[in-house]
Amino acid sequence: MHFEYKVEGGDFTLAGYASSQIKKTLKQLGVDPAVIKRVVVALYEAEVNIVAHAYRGVINADIQPGGITLILVDEGPGIPDVEMAMKKGFSTASPQVREMGFGAGMGLPNISENADSLSIETEVGSGTTLTIVINFK
Amino acid sequence: MKLREIKESLNLKVYLGEELLDREVTGGYASDLLSDVMGHASEGELWITLQTHKNVVGVASLKDLSAIILVKGFTPEKDTLELAENESIPVLGTDMQTFEFCGILYNLLK
Repeated sequence: MHFEYKVEGGDFTLAGYASSQIKKTLKQLGVDPAVIKRVVVALYEAEVNIVAHAYRGVINADIQPGGITLILVDEGPGIPDVEMAMKKGFSTASPQVREMGFGAGMGLPNISENADSLSIETEVGSGTTLTIVINFK
Repeated sequence: MKLREIKESLNLKVYLGEELLDREVTGGYASDLLSDVMGHASEGELWITLQTHKNVVGVASLKDLSAIILVKGFTPEKDTLELAENESIPVLGTDMQTFEFCGILYNLLK
């Protein structure tokens, strides 16, 4: 089963839409609620990262009997220092984004804690691709 | 404890979800950082915050939280209530500030 969602940078009104759709689908498929919770946290954070930092992006969700693979490709500034970005509390979010309670430097750590595997490919000035895998069992 | 009992004990305003007050509240989580709630709140908890925008409802729904409590007399934005209605997330409010509200709620739920 494959789903694709487009995400616009800067548009917080739709942030979380893909996460909500995927949550509903996984529920219908009867996936373990504890696993759904992890998928939701990881996908929401990745989705918000595109809205907060990139110009636009595409989320590809591939659901197989054994698990879900989420590939988030964005056109954006890229991440100059991935190691720093993975540190809890480190953030490059704008003051406006922070005022809304986003950009607290917890996004990537939350993704990492909830994913079975996370890989980040990034190029400064071009964009970032996140691949998140979560197994159902 | 039922949300209705908490609403009555703490004299909360109901901005949305009068018909949802019979849901069970398992605890509370106080934070104004969305990722903190996303990462650490648990299903059934009340979320105590001063954030009034619609993303709060998005997070509450994704996390299956029981309700949102806005502190310090903050009122929800119009599109926050629209989304809350669609997602069946009650939005309540208090004039108390977070520390005071949480202190009382903690003792009530203990």
